[in-house]
Parts: sequence; structure tokens; C-alpha cells
Amino acid sequence: MSTDTMDTTERTRALLTSSEPRRKAVDRLMTVLIWAAFVVAMIPLVSLLWTVLVNGAGRVSLDFLTYSMRGIFGGDPSGGIYHAIMGTLIITGWAALISVPVGLLTAIYLVEYGRGALARSVTFFVDVMTGIPSIVAGLFVVALMTIFLGPGARFGIMGAIALSVLMIPVVVRSCEEMLKLVPNELREASYALGVPKWLTIIRVVLRTSVAGLTTGILLAVARVIGETAPLLVAVGVTDSINLNAFEGRMTTLPVFIYRQYSQGMATCREDQLNCVVDISYQNAWGAALVLIIVVMLLNIAGRLVNRWFAPKLR
Amino acid sequence: MTTTDSPQLPATPKGPPSRATARRRRSGDTERGFSRVFRWIATGAGALILATLAAVALFLLLRAWPAITASEEELSSAVGRYPEGTSLLEFIGPLIFGTLLAAVLALALATPVAMGIGLFISHYAPRRLAQVLGYLVDLLAAIPSVVYGLWGFLVLAPVVKPVWFWLGDNFGWFPLFAGDVSATGKVLATVSVVLAVMILPIITAVSREVFLQTPKLHEEAALALGATRWEMVRTAVLPFGRSGVISAAMLGLGRALGETMAVLMIISPGFLVYSLQILAGAQHQTIAAYIALDFAEATGLAVNALIATGLALFLITMAVNMIARAIVARRKEFSGAN
Repeated sequence: MSTDTMDTTERTRALLTSSEPRRKAVDRLMTVLIWAAFVVAMIPLVSLLWTVLVNGAGRVSLDFLTYSMRGIFGGDPSGGIYHAIMGTLIITGWAALISVPVGLLTAIYLVEYGRGALARSVTFFVDVMTGIPSIVAGLFVVALMTIFLGPGARFGIMGAIALSVLMIPVVVRSCEEMLKLVPNELREASYALGVPKWLTIIRVVLRTSVAGLTTGILLAVARVIGETAPLLVAVGVTDSINLNAFEGRMTTLPVFIYRQYSQGMATCREDQLNCVVDISYQNAWGAALVLIIVVMLLNIAGRLVNRWFAPKLR
Repeated sequence: MTTTDSPQLPATPKGPPSRATARRRRSGDTERGFSRVFRWIATGAGALILATLAAVALFLLLRAWPAITASEEELSSAVGRYPEGTSLLEFIGPLIFGTLLAAVLALALATPVAMGIGLFISHYAPRRLAQVLGYLVDLLAAIPSVVYGLWGFLVLAPVVKPVWFWLGDNFGWFPLFAGDVSATGKVLATVSVVLAVMILPIITAVSREVFLQTPKLHEEAALALGATRWEMVRTAVLPFGRSGVISAAMLGLGRALGETMAVLMIISPGFLVYSLQILAGAQHQTIAAYIALDFAEATGLAVNALIATGLALFLITMAVNMIARAIVARRKEFSGAN
């Protein structure tokens, strides 16, 4: 009897203290693998940021930021990205101007009014729309505009429309999430004071969620500012400064990077002064650095706005 | 709402008069005056999105139609890349194949890693670090695709070239690694690696969210039964997150299918071949990269042919995304989350 109890105790203790070594080994192996997965993902991030920083830092200067590529040929290193910066600002600005009202109003519709089949299909197709390939958005704008303006039409606003096709679903998604966070008590308190619904939405709901909305919009801008393919198709390329979105081709930073990349190595004559063989790659890296800094700033600004100005609901 | 004012109000979208009517009839329903107009504006914005999506499909189809109905001779004379006697379908087929091959390979590479990272952030990383580490992974999504292309072309391709040679030498019997290994490294395998990096943050973000939603009680029950941490993850977290991970992978697939710049800048393209040899040069091209490559020089029927190719891409990605969203929607109904 007593030996029996001893046995059971021993066995139970053995079971509790030393699980099978294989199970432990598998557990340890999986822990290592899961840590490794994270490390593996960090390698390209670090490598990419480092490469851009090292290769781009040497090229970025005041001249690089304030000159365009007009009349720059071969290995001439005196060109810059001013035209691309202005193009990026103008096209992205127009895209935001189109997408923010439409996206925000749709989010309001979904949160405040949306019932029934229309709301359900809007939700579903907004999700589906996030998956439109960017080049298809560019093709769509070209297909649309060539019907009205003839085959050669390429100008900034076409790019802005293409970008807003990509941007609107992102804005809707993030704004919808933010509007849902506004507690219903605030709306009801406002109705109880006799405020009509539209004024409640504008003065109470939007004002409460303004920080979150700003974040969502900044992140959406950060997403489309790096788009290349739709602009390559719908806006074309130019080496000169063009500030008019309704006439003539424009260049944005991503398209500039692609263009410099596709020019490859320059050929320099032996007696030629002021000629750098790999100047187009240097230009591409320099522009990439500027672009990444802009995108990172937008991301950081978005997150900071949310942290600093978010209403304290609790 | 009285029946007398309902027909006239939507017809007067100007602010002041309708606001005045609202002020006049203060009692009763809030839904009138400008509120009504505002409702119509908001609903209109929602409808505009549906209209946009329909317009995308419609205009692509409209502009693709001349190419779809054109004869083989017309196509081969208008488009430089069409050899004699090739129908549109025979030309687009290999492009679709290349697109799918690159995207599926990228997905195969990215999904296990993304699940690992998702688990790492939700269950393995130190609590305090988890959010910061998650943000680092999100940074991968913030980098523009053209920079990925530049990096893949100038940095990654030379680095992975020896690996491809090794694979070709030792595993040449495997269909994917057969054929002559390209000396430049600008092959579909390299493209897939870059695409995998690009879709990693999307899959990670979704699977991380699902893993975090695992009911605490399930996890604790598994641990109480003596499961190790991995066994807990395998028996409680992974089954709960399965459909979420599947839909995340589909979203990643959709993104990889439509990616243009990274493919365009890295691959040395090949047309009209169905080839599995991902280490050999000039064997594949994807739809998006093909459009970007040829669009600037195209005129007339060639533009229509390119738009027809784009239409094929649009339909494929739409199908993939709709399936993914349907899975997500179904999961919501079942899990009781939200």
C-alpha cells in the first residue's frame, strides 16, 4: 500500500517536473524560429535604409534640392530634383483635395447613416478597392481621359485622379474606424440639446475625432506619395519645372527615381570636365533618400498628432 | 417628418433656405432641413465610390474592346512584341502565368515568416517592446516600391546571385531550379524575394491582430493541461487564427499580383514562354511590369492591347480580394468578435 502511494507520487512528480525531452526541444526550436522570423524581416529593412542613407547622403545638397534637370545631359552632375519635389507636392495635394472630402463623407455615411444593402456593399467594395493594382488605376484614368481629350493627354490632374482612386478607400477605412470610436453618449447629449444631426456630426463627432482623422489622412498621403506606376502611365515624365496640374507633363519623386535608374551609366569622354559616370544612380539614390525622409516624416507626424491631440475619453 | 415638405427639401440643396425651414419647424424629427441635405451628400459620397469602381471596370472594358476584337494580323502589325499569328490570349497567357508565379512564390516565402512575426509580436516578444517592434515591421510597408526596385536591382541581386548558383548546381533536378542560372541575378526568384518583403507587413499586421484576439481562456486552458508554449500556440492560437491568416495571405497575394515597379526594375523580361525556371534569365514577365515597360511608346491599337492586359490583371486581383474579404466577413459572423 505504502509503496503503491510512493510509486504514484513519484510518477506524478516525474510527469510534472520533466515533460518529455522531445516536447521541450520542439518548444525551444519554435521559439528560436519565431525570433528568427523577426530578425529575418529586419535584415531587408536595415539593409535598405542603410543603403539609401549611405548612397543618397553624398548627393543631397542645397543645389540638388533647388535645381531641375532641364538641359542636363550625360554625366553632368549639376541637375537636381526641384521639379520632382514640386510635382510630388502638387499631384499629391490635388489627390488629397479630391480624396479627403469623398473619403470622409463616405466614412460619415457608413458610421452615421449606413443601413441596409447600400451600406453593406459600400463597405465590401471599399475593402475590395484597397486591392486595386496601382497601375490599373493609372490605366483607368488614361482610358477615361483619352475618350474626352484624345490619345495624347498627359497632365498632373490625371495622376491626381489615379492616386485618389487608390487613396479614397484608405481614407474611408481609417476615418470609419475613428468615427466609430466616438461614444454614442456624446451624440445623444447633442440631440438632447436640440442640435440637428448634421450639426452634431460636424461640431461633435468630427471635432472629437479630429486627431484620429488627421492621422488617418496623413498615413493615406504617405501611402500614395510613393506611388510610381500610375503616374508613369498617366502623367508621363518631364525634365523641366511644371507647376500647372492642368497642362503638360509633370515629374514626381518616385517617377524621377525610376527615370534616373533607367538611364543607367553615362559615357564620359576622356577630356570631358564635370562628368560623373554613375550620376544617374547617384541622383536616384539622392531622390530616394528625400522621398523616404518625407514618407517617414508623414508617418511620424501622423502618429504624434494622434498621441498629442487625441481626446481623453476615459 | 411631414409629407408636405418631404418632396421639396431634397430639391433645394442651398444652405440658407433649408436651414430656415428647419428653424421654423423646431419640434419633432431631427431629420430635416439641412440634415436631410447632409444625409444625401454623405450617401452620395458612398454611392460615388461604387460608381468609381464600376467606372474603372467599364472604361477599361471600353478601351480594351478594340484589342479584344482585333484580328491577329492587326495585332501583330500594331504591337511590336506580337509575332505573326499570335492571338491576344496566347500573348496574355504567359504574362498571367508569370504574374501568378511571382506572386505565389512571394506568398510562399512571406506567409511563414509573417506568421512567425505575428506570433512573435502577439505571444513571444517582451510586452513592452512588442508595440515598437510591430511599428518597425510596419515601416517596411511605408517604403515606396520604386525604392524597393532600386535596392533589389543594385543591392539584392548581386547578393543572392551565389545562392541561386548554388541552388542551380545542387538542386537542378527540381523543376523550379532547372535551366541555366542567370549570371546577372535579375530573375524571377529575386523578384519574388523582394515581393515577399513588400507583402510581409500586410500579412503580419492582419495575423497579429487575429492572434491577439485569441480568447485568453483557451490559452490558459492549454497551459493548465501542461502544454508548452509552442503547444499552446499550436492548439489554441493557430486554429483560432487560421481563417484570419488565410485572408491575410490572400490580401498579400493581391498586392503581389499588382506590384509594378519592383518587378519592372529587377527582372530581365521574357515573353511568350510558359517557364518554371525561376533562376534563368529572360523567361518571365508580369502584367503590371509589361504595361509600365511598354506604355510610354505605345500608340493606337497597342494602347488598347495594353489596357486589355490591364483588364485581365484587374479581374484577377478583384477575384482574389473578393475571396479574401468574403473569408474575413464570414469569420466575423462565426467568431463573435466585433
